Amino acid sequence: MFAPTELNHKNRRNQRLVRMLFLWMATMLIIPVVLILGILVYRGGPMISVDFLLTEPTNGMTAGGILPALVGTVWLVVVALLASVPIGIAAALYLSEYASDNWLTRIINLAIINLAGVPSIVHALFGVGAFVLFFRFGTSILAASLTLAVMTLPVVIVATKEALQSVPFAFREACWNMGATRWQTIRRVVLPNSVSGILTGVILEVSRTAGETAPIMFTGAAFFLPFLPQSVFDQTMAMSLHLFVISTQVPGVPEELPFGVALVLISMVLAMNALSIAFRTYLRGRKKW
Amino acid sequence: MVAETPVTASASNARVQTEPTPPFVEVQDLSIHYGGKKILSGVSFDIYENEIFGIIGPANSGKTSFLRALNRMDMFTPGMNVTGTIKIDGHDIQRWKNVYALRRRIGVVFPLPVGLPLSVYDNVALAPRLAGIKRRSELDIIVERCLTRAALWEEVKDRLDSLGSLLSGGQQQRLTIARALSQDPDLLLLDEFSIAVDPVTTMRIEDVLKELKHEITIVLVTNLVQQTRRLSDRTAFLLSGELVEVGETAELFEGKVRDQRTLGYLEGRFG
Amino acid sequence: MEPQTTDRARSRRERRRGEDRRDRNWYIDKAVQALVFIGGISGILFIIGIFVFITKEGYGFIAETLDIGEFLTSPRWRPTSDHNPTYGALALIAGTTSVTGLAMLVSVPFSLGAAIYIGEFAKGRTRETLKILVELLAAIPSVVWGFIGLSIMNPLIIKTFNVPIGLNVLNSGLILGLMAAPIMTTIAEDALKAVPDTYREAAEALGATKWQVIYRVVLPAGKNGLVAAVLLGVGRGFGETMAVLMASGHSINLPTSVFDSVRALTATIAAELGETAVGSDHYRALFTLGILLFVVTFVINLTADLVVRGIRKK
Repeated sequence: MFAPTELNHKNRRNQRLVRMLFLWMATMLIIPVVLILGILVYRGGPMISVDFLLTEPTNGMTAGGILPALVGTVWLVVVALLASVPIGIAAALYLSEYASDNWLTRIINLAIINLAGVPSIVHALFGVGAFVLFFRFGTSILAASLTLAVMTLPVVIVATKEALQSVPFAFREACWNMGATRWQTIRRVVLPNSVSGILTGVILEVSRTAGETAPIMFTGAAFFLPFLPQSVFDQTMAMSLHLFVISTQVPGVPEELPFGVALVLISMVLAMNALSIAFRTYLRGRKKW
Repeated sequence: MVAETPVTASASNARVQTEPTPPFVEVQDLSIHYGGKKILSGVSFDIYENEIFGIIGPANSGKTSFLRALNRMDMFTPGMNVTGTIKIDGHDIQRWKNVYALRRRIGVVFPLPVGLPLSVYDNVALAPRLAGIKRRSELDIIVERCLTRAALWEEVKDRLDSLGSLLSGGQQQRLTIARALSQDPDLLLLDEFSIAVDPVTTMRIEDVLKELKHEITIVLVTNLVQQTRRLSDRTAFLLSGELVEVGETAELFEGKVRDQRTLGYLEGRFG
Repeated sequence: MEPQTTDRARSRRERRRGEDRRDRNWYIDKAVQALVFIGGISGILFIIGIFVFITKEGYGFIAETLDIGEFLTSPRWRPTSDHNPTYGALALIAGTTSVTGLAMLVSVPFSLGAAIYIGEFAKGRTRETLKILVELLAAIPSVVWGFIGLSIMNPLIIKTFNVPIGLNVLNSGLILGLMAAPIMTTIAEDALKAVPDTYREAAEALGATKWQVIYRVVLPAGKNGLVAAVLLGVGRGFGETMAVLMASGHSINLPTSVFDSVRALTATIAAELGETAVGSDHYRALFTLGILLFVVTFVINLTADLVVRGIRKK
């Protein structure tokens, strides 16, 4: 072996410096997350109790719990999923299993990218124009959820497409050669082997949907409603909007209250994300072919 | 009743006299293009019932594309364009109303083994199920018979529930053969089936094929000239998308060729 | 030969000939294909729907009331004025631009740096952990970011810089930078991953250090993807609503320093739409802002897509 020269030493030192620089940059993005979570837990943690979760806001939302907002968010998410999951899976099936590489496919892909890129407030305007006014759903869970569904559709489509495409093409060909129709192939081989990946995407969508504020502000979420929604045509409170309202619109809110709300909201969202990530990691470790 | 096997007849005119039924597969002026590139240009030949028909030729001579055209896989292959006619059992395959029914008549074994990510049992039971067979006892019989024929039964009979996609390469290849047989096909297409299989198993499968030809017409695409010699009754030689010649295998190997290129290939001078 | 086998083959053949009809499975397959196609084009329908519906609500204003010159050059956004409502969007555009600009200034170097670390240096578990953390960063809802701007950054900025108000370009720019970072990091890392390893190996074989390899080989090769990443980050910042509404101070201003409060296009819609009567000039003016946002983000996304497509061609 050659003895390390002066140049080699210098290079190696530089290399380490460069590496440290980039590590620092990556860390600078991560530290805020950790700090924010820490502060939310530290200041919001003491607010959390069973009572907080299971009672209604009182005294003009300056006290009491968050039950209607929690329940409302669940309503919004569930209805949005009912609309977007079937459409999203259909779209992904089309793109992955049927579409050939032509102009239509390119336009569809472009549309999906744009659907994800359009500002949330523009989705809100669309929701007002289309669902609230044109389809006459009024400001209701239905209108808000449909707005959310359109907005989060790309999440389902992208995740489902990825899951479908992780199933090797050879499996499809083997089935087709046996005389299976495309649909039989999808149902018997492709879907059973991608359903968990699809589920990962759906969980991710739950997390996105639960956190959105702008799209529901004018389509179905209310500042304050002391009762729980009874049907999809009711308005509802929602966690995200509730956080906005008590931290900016309502005077005299105790300083710690919004921290409690924010902590609950972010816990919901991150729990869903963590679930999705854990699921994905588990899937990657499991070998089926 | 004595069924005359066309195989041993020595010349094609003799066949016309002894074989009143038309060819099982008629290929007429078949050309295949792949994204503008010519893969097969205007080939015509017939394949008779209950023979093993060998197709040999170096890589890229259009053998595999021909098999794909036979079961209309071109439909599902973007960029693949087939012209000319193929008749199977007297019917133009382009005119089939239900292409899936056509494919159920044709079993295919491709060179790379594909064990579907289903249990071994379900791998073999899939085609019968697609055809509407639901009764477990009936499926049991089919699964055992096909696995036995593919020389795999002994190895997997105790673990029919394990994933077919996790078997070894050779086992997966035999599983693929069992699956093709489970369709109860009229026509069996084998594309270099022995690549992933050890020699002993290859011989066992070859024996099975010799028996099967009494009830199934078999097309055997292979790179192994000797395999063609052992198995096929007649052989076609494809070279760069052109049909050099078709003839009785025995005669070709005796040197009775019309084109010297065939001799060259058979003797291993190129390919 | 055994005669029964041939009989069997014959009868099978007879049966099979009868099978050539369009059976239940054939029709199911066609039906599914049609359904799935509808799902496939739904994305197009929705994007057209968005454009049609916001245009439908905003069109009247553009046709009748809007003075394009005033809209683009006047900073006076006074839609609620009783005698003389004015619709100058310049201050709003300046607000959005300044916040997004600052966000990109902070975020682009760090995001690309993080992408380089994750893509080129980090290995195995570290890499996975970093990717997951970046993903979690992306998961924080914008209203929570806004709340953080309001309750944590605001007092921090007031104390640190000794300024009267901490809800300003600096506050919302930093927050927006963090919000836009995950998408840029992810896309940029994808772009780096798309650079073939043979490039790196070839350069390393010539004795280049890791940094030289990255700087001279990997970055130029992944350039398009990096540009696309930045574009998508800009689009994200441009369209962000709740966080900017809460952290920017929401006051109409042509900013001259990062400590000025500003008001963004998105935030204006979010703050005012609830107070307007359906069909009023003010209401339609907000939809007009929506059209502007839609068109700009559409162009940004389209450009990013074209740039990425450029890579694939190569």
